Order: sequence, then structure tokens, then C-alpha cells
Amino acid sequence: MSSSLAGFLQLGLLVVALAACYKPLGDYIARIFTSEKHLRAEKALYKTMGVEADADQRWGTYARSLLAFSLISVLFLYLIQRIQEWLPYSNGMANVSPVTAFNTAASFVTNTNWQNYSGESTMGYVTQMAGLAVQNFASAAVGIAIVVAMIRGFTRTKTDRLGNFWVDLTRVTIRLLLPMSVIGAIILTATGVVDNFSLTHTISTLAHTPQSIVGGPVASQEVIKEMGNNGGGFYNANSAHPFENPSPFSNWFEIFLILVIPFALPRAFGKLVNDNRQGYVLVAVMASLWLISVAGISYFEWQHAGPALQSAGAAMEGKEVRFGIPGSSLFAGSTTATSTGAVNSFHDSFTAFGGGIVLFNMMLGEVVPGGVGAGLYGLLMLSMLTVFVGGLMVGRTPEYLGKKIRPPEMKYAALYILATPACALTGAALSLGFKAPRSVIFNPGPHGLTEVIYAYTSMANNNGSAFAGLGTAATWYQVTGGIVMLLGRFAPEIFVLALGGSLARQQAVPASAGTLETHKPLFAGMLVGVIIILVGLTYFPALALGPFAEGLH
Amino acid sequence: MSVSTPETRPAPEGPRAPMANVPARRVGGGLLDPKMLWKSTPDALRKLDPRGMLKNPVMLVVEAGSALTTYSAIIHSSAFAWVISAWLWLTVIFANLAEAVAEGRGKAQAETLRRTKRETVARRLANWTPDSTVLNETEVPGTVLAVGDHVVVEAGQVIPGDGDVVEGVASVDESAITGESAPVIRESGGDRSAVTGGTKVLSDRIIVRITAKPGETFIDRMIALVEGAARQKTPNEVALNILLASLTLIFVLAVVTLQPMAYYSGSPQSLVILIALLVALIPTTIGALLSAIGIAGMDRLVQRNVLAMSGRAVEAAGDVNTLLLDKTGTITIGNRQATEFMPVDGVSEAELADAAQLSSLADYTPEGRSIVVLAKQKFGLREREEGVLPGAEFIEFTAQTRMSGVDTRDGRQVRKGASSAVRAWVRDSGGTLPPELGQTVDGISAAGGTPLVVAERAPGQPARALGVIHLKDIVKEGIRERFAELRAMGIRTVMITGDNPLTARAIAAESGVDDFLAEATPEDKMALIKQEQEGGKLVAMTGDGTNDAPALAQADVGVAMNTGTSAAKEAGNMVDLDSNPTKLIEIVEIGKQLLITRGALTTFSITNDVAKYFAMLPAMFAGVFPGLQTLNILHLHSPASAITSAIVFNALIIIALIPLALRGVRYRPSSAASMLRRNLWIYGAGGLVIPFIFIKLLDLIIMNIPGFN
Repeated sequence: MSSSLAGFLQLGLLVVALAACYKPLGDYIARIFTSEKHLRAEKALYKTMGVEADADQRWGTYARSLLAFSLISVLFLYLIQRIQEWLPYSNGMANVSPVTAFNTAASFVTNTNWQNYSGESTMGYVTQMAGLAVQNFASAAVGIAIVVAMIRGFTRTKTDRLGNFWVDLTRVTIRLLLPMSVIGAIILTATGVVDNFSLTHTISTLAHTPQSIVGGPVASQEVIKEMGNNGGGFYNANSAHPFENPSPFSNWFEIFLILVIPFALPRAFGKLVNDNRQGYVLVAVMASLWLISVAGISYFEWQHAGPALQSAGAAMEGKEVRFGIPGSSLFAGSTTATSTGAVNSFHDSFTAFGGGIVLFNMMLGEVVPGGVGAGLYGLLMLSMLTVFVGGLMVGRTPEYLGKKIRPPEMKYAALYILATPACALTGAALSLGFKAPRSVIFNPGPHGLTEVIYAYTSMANNNGSAFAGLGTAATWYQVTGGIVMLLGRFAPEIFVLALGGSLARQQAVPASAGTLETHKPLFAGMLVGVIIILVGLTYFPALALGPFAEGLH
Repeated sequence: MSVSTPETRPAPEGPRAPMANVPARRVGGGLLDPKMLWKSTPDALRKLDPRGMLKNPVMLVVEAGSALTTYSAIIHSSAFAWVISAWLWLTVIFANLAEAVAEGRGKAQAETLRRTKRETVARRLANWTPDSTVLNETEVPGTVLAVGDHVVVEAGQVIPGDGDVVEGVASVDESAITGESAPVIRESGGDRSAVTGGTKVLSDRIIVRITAKPGETFIDRMIALVEGAARQKTPNEVALNILLASLTLIFVLAVVTLQPMAYYSGSPQSLVILIALLVALIPTTIGALLSAIGIAGMDRLVQRNVLAMSGRAVEAAGDVNTLLLDKTGTITIGNRQATEFMPVDGVSEAELADAAQLSSLADYTPEGRSIVVLAKQKFGLREREEGVLPGAEFIEFTAQTRMSGVDTRDGRQVRKGASSAVRAWVRDSGGTLPPELGQTVDGISAAGGTPLVVAERAPGQPARALGVIHLKDIVKEGIRERFAELRAMGIRTVMITGDNPLTARAIAAESGVDDFLAEATPEDKMALIKQEQEGGKLVAMTGDGTNDAPALAQADVGVAMNTGTSAAKEAGNMVDLDSNPTKLIEIVEIGKQLLITRGALTTFSITNDVAKYFAMLPAMFAGVFPGLQTLNILHLHSPASAITSAIVFNALIIIALIPLALRGVRYRPSSAASMLRRNLWIYGAGGLVIPFIFIKLLDLIIMNIPGFN
């Protein structure tokens, strides 16, 4: 079987699998939030946390709960890294340095999972399990909770209540993420992903050189790393490591895990707003841009300029032979189009345009399909902008799902689209402007520029994949990166909640023939236009000096 | 250069055209007189004051950029720097010009209004009461009148202030505000009691109670409105401004952060080029025209003799879900008309028509006139003047007798009137009623018409019924199509009538209105509005009576007729000077057109960026990365000419689009989907393609200028 045929088969099978999960999973997620009953485990949790489960919160309270929860998470994660040496199963790892601990705490709480450390030689098992893996669950659950609170803004009228953060968080974790992770982890273990507490042992290789083999609770963390769009690898090599991703099937399955929730959320949205067609439009937009990016990456990676690449048959540098071009391109496109950031190949070694697309995927704001929850709320924000411009063109005060876009709503949508580019561009420009951060750019010319832009785009959009080639262990990158990740996550989330609160207070306007139809292909097309022109074009100068300058000779 | 072809004004409507004016209708607006551009230039220059620019963040950034490039040109003088800074200044000036031109048209109208507002002398009556016989009159200037004062106005005098007629009846020339030269009757009591200061009494004498303070009169408000002095940003305009401001900020960010990247890449850019890139990217087109679009929208209403008290009301008009339309005057022409003569057995139709006409000669109601006219049309019966029948005694129609008729000299009596009244007359005069008469009468009633019975009594004989006249509401021509259009636009129409449900249903079916409210009282109307609003709908209505005032205030768009009471005019948020209830539909269209124009130009402005990127980025960086020349898909001549072309295009497109901003984009009533598709093609796709073409053309010219090759 030729490599490209294998690529098409993988992709085709993936699309079929995702399509099959769309309805059942989406409907199930919707039911999680419409169900009146609390599970016994949940009740027990609410009692411990002192949560009044049936009391809904105003958007401000919801946001404060989110921030409080996240602050505690950051502090806890920081602490556990700083004292891991004295914890059991430390596997001989020393305490993490303060800047790295801060960066890592910010990174995992914001669902970014940017890693300035090498997993197997920095983190003990308790830190991995009780610290990082817990945040993999929590940060994913937060994303879904936020988008559901926003959707309540559409479905509720004349109220200032958006739901209860603690209940939403608990329900997503217990009813969605935990059961799916158990199933996923078992399948991963079956494909050969390790999961043990075995400490490092050293073996002698065929060449008689010693090699340290680190085991660990990998599969249990791997599954939520992918499914929660976290991306932080147990090992430094991330999903390129054979213990994390041993075979083409595990590779395919991990890509499936990355995409399954983000692609099912539009269905949950359609279900919750009582119009499945709204979900179809969003999923169509997500799917088409994701497919185009995967196709684009594959195309450019098959182009093999230079004798070494030609003899390898493609741009194989930095890619695992067991995945080849298709498995690597599909993974790269999916991990950057969602906010996952796990990698099974070295993005730095991609061709200029292949790497450019990977970068552009993140620049779109992680909306096609984006991170769990975060992708959908991002796309809904862009839908609001599309509806605003489109609604004007049909001669009415623009309204989305019966809710008008007036100055307050526009204010939050505008702030939302402003926040991420501001973080990404400012971070990158400052790093290029100062001498110290510039001195740890390891590649000259446009490629080095791309490395810096990639780093900040990835952090601001909470992706977490790295282009490498950049000395991000430098204090500058650790500190500014941590700040960019926190701002890039929480500023938009606060605007999303504020918008939801503003929408919920409104009376719904009944749809009529004069209403802009947001369930039609025309709207989908317009939304794609807005994503590319309004969001993507912001980065065009940066792209011109990076990938374009490198790729066009 | 113009992206749109000039459009001729719609054919002028006949004076107070009663028809719905349907075919080939299009909301049009005033055209731009090129002279206006020149005349408004001083205003445009005055608007360069940065304090005034604060309300427009997009153009404020351009102005700051212009100042910086000029500074840079002074420091490092070059032809390129000077040309760019000149065109950036022009961009700001063109934007100001757009606003100045839009305001200028209102100013001209305000000037005309001011002329009518000359100093008047008021004849104030002290302690006037309805039954005072001695009038204590003093002459005071009109400006010192207070609310509650009474003034007397006689033929030839100008009414000194807004008020209600409390005594007398007069014909008034209101052309100063309505532009309509035919005088109108104003009388005390009832719904025609309001008079407007500045209008002129043509005949008789009236006593007016002043209801508005000087300086707050209708004309004062009108002047403020058309001048735009009272103009506040509407909610939608604010929302759009927020979007534009955030886009501007994003691009400021993109350009500011570009310099470190350019520096790293070994190709730092000059201040002039960075500012040129910024100005090209921020949405200057819509930013420049936004305020002109709003002013012009109000202006289009004024041109249709509608005064909107706020821009908010105009926008609300575009959002309306339900239109409450009074039957009379909107759906049907003012009055019922005779459509058929239905004789009883043994009487010919001509005989009935003749009797009907005779008996209607003294009936001056519109219904009576229509009988005379129908008899003339159908049977060529000449209208006989009252004097033509010598010695005949005419009995006028009164509300009490509900009959009119004539007694000729030879003793023949003819009567016509309400079925019950005439039937009683026949019986009292010893006659009998044929059974088919009752059937005919009931048949007409059942069909929603009004039956009038005609009877006669020859001298010495018992009276006999001749037949029935079928009076019918005449539904306006074209109104059915109009309602269909409104339905396509997603607007529900509800007919409001005092008629019984039977009649109302018949007319509703004939006119194609979506729903009706029969035997409507003001309370019913109010309840209906509230019920619609409960469901999130926006309601528009027209009204003129004092009892309409609460409903007018409750409605989202309340259009008061100028003939109405001051209470109604106060309560509504618009006043129609022509008092034409059909205009509500036009108001809705103008509201929609205003929003569409904003949306279309925003789309155009944003999609323009694609071409500008392709023109400017290769120009900026192809020097250090020759590969980027591939992005120069237009093959622009040189970096300087490419950047200049983009900036010149960016400035000229503003001027080119001023006519469109003032006129509003073409609007035809249709569904949202087809409107969106059409506008996306024209302004979205157009916005992508047009700049490519014109930047290339400009480059072909600019490349020949020394210093740019």
C-alpha cells in the first residue's frame, strides 16, 4: 500500500469515526447540562465543596468562581512541583525551579501545556499524576463549562443567571471526561502505551551504550492529554515517543481522541439551542477549514526540495518513520487546529509552508474545531461578528439565535477578538526587540522569526505545541510565556461569560423571513470569510516575514 | 471613479397620491450635487480639529498618522514622504467632506425653516375662558408666550406658537412645514385642533391655547433635527463603532509589532511606510462614511416629509416585526364608495340610479358623492345642481335621520339612507317592503359592505322601496402586493378597524393583510401592542387622535399624523407631515436601507484589505526577501509606486462612495437570504476585486511620476 493511499484511508476512516460520534456524543453532552438530577458522587462532592448545586450564578460570580478555581490550581501545581523531591514516587527528580514551576503551572491550568522541561527528567510521578494530569481534566472541563454558560445566554431570557460553575465543572469531569478517559486509556494500553510505576532502569543497547528507560503512568495521562486538548507529553518527545504513541493505529486513535469532543460540541450546541441546523453549520465550517489545513500540510510535506529530502522521498526530517508523511501531517494539522499542541513530529523541521499552515491554524484563534469548549466559544464569538456584519446587510439590528447584538454584546465580542492577537504579537515583538531573548533564537533569518512567532502564537492561543529551535528555557520566555498563557486564556473567557450574561438578560426576538439565517451554507461561507480575513489577516505581515520569506525563493 | 451608477430620482408622486404607489418602487434618496462638495470644503477643513475627531477613532488614527508622516517628511524630505503625507491628509479631509456634505443638505433645509420662524407678534388674551365675552387683548412678542397662554389669530396672521385651537375654525396654510400648499382646516375640539407656530391663518379667526414653550416648538425641533445638532449616535452605530475601533486597534498592534520583526529580518521600515500600511489596513472607508450614512438616513426621511425625533426610531423602524395599520386611509381609500345599484323586482337599474342620484345631491359626505359619480359613470346621468330642480326642497343627510333626499315641486319624495331608517320611512308612509329587499341588504352586510336603501313616494301613493346601493370599502390598488412584500421581509401586518368582525374579515381577505383587529378601541390597540412586545416583537403604528397617544408612545415606532392632536404628536417618535398613513411602510424601508448601507460599506472596507496587503507587503520586504516578489501578483512597478497607489486608492474610494453613502444602497423588499446573497456579492466580492483593479491602474499612472520609478 502506497503511503499516500494509506494517508487517504486514515483520513477517511477518521472522518467516518468522527461523523459517527457527532450525534450520540453531542446529544450526550447536551444531556449532561439539561439533566435535572445530580449523581450520588456529585452530591457528595458538592457537599464537600460547600456548593449549593441548584443555585445559579450571575456571570460575574461564574467568572469569579472560574478565576478562584484557576488561581488555586496554579498555586497547587506550583507547590507540588516545588516540593516533589520529598513526595513519594519522585523517581529521583529534584524540585523544579521557580520560573519553570510558574510557567508549567500557568501552562497546564490554561490548557496550554507548553513544556519548558523534559518530562521524563524533570517531573516525578506524583507531580505528573496528581498535578499535571489533574489539570488536564480540570482545564478541559473548564473550557466546556464556559461554552455551556455562554450557550445559556442564548437559551435563557430575561435572567442574569448563567448556571453554576462548580456544577458544570463537576458534571463535565464526572459524566464526560472520566468515563471516556477510562475507555480511551484501556484502548491505548492495548496498543502498547505503557502505564506503570516502574522506576528508571538503565539498559545496554546493541551498540553497548547505556540507555535510561523511564516507565510511568503514561496511558492514563496520554488519553486526557489528547482528549482534553492539553498536549503536555509525559515524555519530552511527546507523541513521537514510542511509549506514548507506539504504532500507526495508536497514532490514528490519538488523533481521533484529539478531535472527537471539539467536533461533537457543535451538536451539543444545536441541541441546547433547540436547532440542530445551527450545529451543522458550525461543524461544517470547522471541518472544512481543518480538512483544508491537513490537505495543505500533506501537500507541502510531500514536496521534497533538496537532495536529502528527495532521497528520503519526502520532507521526512523530524518525522517518525512509523507514521510517515500522512500520519505526521494529519497529527500536526489536528493538534494545531485544536488547541492540543501534542506533537508526533518536529514542526520546526516541516517545510516552510507546511510549518506556516501549522502556525496559521493557531492564528485563526483555535476555532476549527479548536480546544474543548474554547474552540466552540471562539467560533460563536466569530459567528457573532459575522452575524453583525451580515445582519446589517439584511437591514435589521443584527441578531443571533434571537438575541440582538447591541453595543454591550459588541464590546465583549470586540475585546475577545482583540485579546489573543494582542498577547501573541506583543510577546513576539518584545522578544525580537530585546537582545537577550533574541540571542537564544537558534536559527537565523525567517526561520528564526517563525520560531518566535510560533511560540507566542501557541502560548496565547493555549495550544502549547512548540516549533523548537528557540531557547525557551530562558527566564524571559518562561515568565512572559506564563503571562501570555494566563492572559490568553482568562481574558477571553471573562469576555465570553460577560457576553453570555448580556445575552441572557435579553428578551428573545422571534425569527421571521427578515432574519438573517444562520443555518444556511451562505452563512457558513461568510463565517469562513470572517475567520480568514478578519482574524487570519491580522497575522499576514508576520507570516510574510516568516514562512513566506522562507518558502518563496 | 465610481462603483455605482447614478440613479434617477423616483418619479414624483402625484399630490397626495392615494394609491400605494407600488410598481418599480425603490427607496431613493437625494443625489449628490457636485457643487456641494466644493461648498462643504471649508467645513471639512474646520473638522480637522482633533477634538472633534475624537468621536471617530478610525479617522483620528489617520489624522495622527498624517501629522506624523508630515513631521517625518519635514525631517527626511523626499518626494515619496510628501506625497504619502499629502494623501493621508486628503483621506481625513475626504472623510470630513462626506460628513459636511451630509450635514450641508440638512443645513439648507434648516435655513428654509428659519425663514418661517421670523419674529411674530402675538395677540395675547388675558384670563380668557370659553365663555368670556370681553376680550382683554395685549400685543406681545411671540417669544414671551408661556404654556397655557391664549392668543387670538385672524386671517392673514401667523400663528405665534404651537397650540390647540380652543375656539373657532379656520383654514391654515401649513406649507411652511409640510411644503403642501393646499390649506387645511383647523377647528376647536376633536382631532384637528393642533396648530403649529409659523403657519398662517388664511381665513376666519381662532383662539389658540399655547402648548409649547418658545424655543421648544415643532419648528425649533425640526430645525435641530435636520441640522443634525441633536444627532446622537444610535445603538447600532455605537456597536459598529466599537467593532471598527477594535479592528483599528488590532491593526495598530499588527503594524507596531511589525517593526521589531522587520528589524530582526534586516529590513526596518520607515515611519512613513508603516503609517501608510496602517492607514491602508484600518477600515477607513466605513469609518469615513459612517456618520454621513446616518445623517443621510434621517435626511431621506425628511425628504419624505417625515420627522423622526431620534435616529434610534429610524433604526427601530428597520427592525419592526409587526405593522399596525389603520384600515381607513392606509388599506382602503378614505371612504366607502358606491359600487353597485341593486334594484328590487319591477324596478330598472337606471331608475334606481336616477333616484339614488337625486336623493344624494344634498349628501355631501364622500359616500353620497360616490353615489352621484357612480350613477353618472354607469348611466350617463348628469349631476343636477341643486338649483337645476326649481322649487325642489333638499333634505340633507344628518347623523340623526341617517337619510338624505329631495322633495320635488310636484310632490315626489325620494329618500336614501341607512337601511333601517329608510325602511321605517317606507312603512310610516304606508308602503310595504318587498321580501327580496331584506335579502339583498343582508347579503351586502354579510359581504362586509354597507347597504343603503333607496325609496320614493309619488304624490298620493304609498311609498315604495326601489332598491339598494352597495357601498363598499375600496381597497387601495397595489396594497396586496405591498403586503406580500412585507411578508417576504418578515413583517406581519395587522389591520385596525372600528368595523364589525364580518366587515373587517372581508376587507382583510381582499387586501391580503395578515391579521385584523375589529371593533378596535384604543385599549384593544394598546393591548395588542403589549402582547406583541411581550413576544419580543417590535411594533410600528400610525395614529392621529388623542386617544391614540398611549398606543403611539407604547409602540416602538409611533408615527403621528401632522393633522393629529398635539398629544398624538408628542407621544409618537415620528411625525408625518403629509399625514399619509401608508408612509409607515416607506419608513420601515428607509430604516432597513440605513442599516444595509452600513453593513455593505463595512464589508467592502474589510475585504479591501486583501488587495492592499498584496500591494504593500512585497513592496516593503521584497528588497530583503526577493522571493516575496511572488506576492506582488499585480506586478506593481516599484515599492514607492505600489504603496502610493494603495494610499491614493484608499483616499479616492471615500470620495467615490460619498454618493452611495448619501443615497443609501439599492434596496428592494425581499427576504433576508436573497438580500444577503446580493449584498455579499456586490460589496463582499466587489470589495475583494475592485481594489486590485484600481490599485493597478493607479500604479500605471504613478509609475510615470519622477521619483516613483
